[in-house]
Amino acid sequence: MNDPRIARQWTTRLRLRVEGTFPPEKILPDTQPSYVASWIYVFGVLTLAALVMVIVTGCLLAIMGPTWWHVSGVGHFINSMHLWSVEVFFFAMVIHLWGKYFMAAWRGGRSMTWVTGAVTFLTSIGAAFTGYLSQTNFDSQWIATQAKDGINATGAGSVFNVLNLGQMLMWHIVLLPLVALGLTALHVILVRKRGVVPPFADVTEAVSA
Amino acid sequence: MTTRSFNPDVDVVEWTGAQRPYDILKEGTIAVVFVLIVVLTLSVLFGSPDDSPVTLKQWSNANPIDFATTAYQELAGTSAVAQYGAPYNSVPGTGQRIGPVSLVDLMGVTIPINTAQDFVLRPLATQLSVPAIATSLATWRHASASQQQTWLTNYGTHLPTTMHGAALVFTANDAGPVPSLIGGLTSMAQSGALDNALLSNSTSYYSTNYTEPLLFLSDGTYFAGLATTKHLAGDQWGMMNETGSFPGQAWLWLYTFLYQITPYATSPNADVLVWATMMLLSALVVFVPFIPGLRSLPRRVKLYRLIWRQHYRTSGR
Repeated sequence: MNDPRIARQWTTRLRLRVEGTFPPEKILPDTQPSYVASWIYVFGVLTLAALVMVIVTGCLLAIMGPTWWHVSGVGHFINSMHLWSVEVFFFAMVIHLWGKYFMAAWRGGRSMTWVTGAVTFLTSIGAAFTGYLSQTNFDSQWIATQAKDGINATGAGSVFNVLNLGQMLMWHIVLLPLVALGLTALHVILVRKRGVVPPFADVTEAVSA
Repeated sequence: MTTRSFNPDVDVVEWTGAQRPYDILKEGTIAVVFVLIVVLTLSVLFGSPDDSPVTLKQWSNANPIDFATTAYQELAGTSAVAQYGAPYNSVPGTGQRIGPVSLVDLMGVTIPINTAQDFVLRPLATQLSVPAIATSLATWRHASASQQQTWLTNYGTHLPTTMHGAALVFTANDAGPVPSLIGGLTSMAQSGALDNALLSNSTSYYSTNYTEPLLFLSDGTYFAGLATTKHLAGDQWGMMNETGSFPGQAWLWLYTFLYQITPYATSPNADVLVWATMMLLSALVVFVPFIPGLRSLPRRVKLYRLIWRQHYRTSGR
């Protein structure tokens, strides 16, 4: 590192910054603060676990294509697992979100952790919605014809046509999962970086800003 | 660097107290296994719904009167889709508004649908090997607009309401080729040919765009009737449900709820008002950390004392 040209390299700068921000004990911690002792903390990791199940079952469905599950018992069962993974995912995520709200988990420079989590929640709603549209059955027909009016009224229907199966399938299996997974990764990285928010304390001294 | 007062809704005193063992990999593994067991159990016990899609063939065979009535409305330009406005067609005064702004009108017609051409005449043009259809289409196309309107009006005053065997009974006088066109389209639908014709209207071979068949389907009463029997109608909390006794998109409860209450339920701008409300509420959720009052509620509600009860008990607070 004596060569100043190496120190100025983008790669070197990035590595040093990552090493400084995320030392191994932050990425893979083996201790946590003693106040992290409530069942509410379980719902964050359960949300992640359910997301893993959603992705795995979705990938299995993708192998044989969008209509395979109508004609295959195995396919239908995997579709059932995909559905229930999504239900568990939202169940856990909503409890996680409310839990974090009542802990005011944005305190102490953690506002972006909250924001990325909340946007992931909204993105997931879109991902699930396009999933319902991609089922190629009665539900997808009905949901599409009902939802078009709301989306059209906003003007978004011009570029986001819920009646176009091909477009909705692409949003469901490519675009929205990319966004949701990217946001989830960022959310987890921020949690690891900042740690879990401490309890409220009766402190009134000035802080640097 | 400036200093400001400690704000308990924004600031924290970072923890320097005791730590306890935490095996993050073990926790993650247990969570995945637990969710896998839960998902497998639910899948075995309940499965997932899969009601077959409705086809125009199914509709026209199950209720040919409704189909023929809808086909007439498409040809006459009086159906819901024909009168929809943007993004399908240009109908003055249809765009929903928030105050003076109509976002849908600003975006304009981007998915053009001419119901007479796209749903009736163009599909029938694929059936020119049927002499009656070829003749009727030629008669229609060579007639003036006023003549076409006269035929449509005459037909509309005596819409078919009965069947003779599998055929519609037309009773309208001076309706020109309209009965033949509607009868031909109904026969075409009953054979299944209309499903394919509408799907391939906009492409030469491949298509994954079901806009036209779904819009045609949504104009009749048959499709909505089926949805109502499956508890999926708008006043039955519509699209957040799914067929059977499944939870559906329960997370859309607030969105669907708004459609059930005034002023949304009675407003001609209901859709855009519901969306605007949901966007506002979503923004509030996303930006909670920066909204005074909203970010103070957790501290005032004190549910955190339940979450961190062990901490407060041991710290004597």
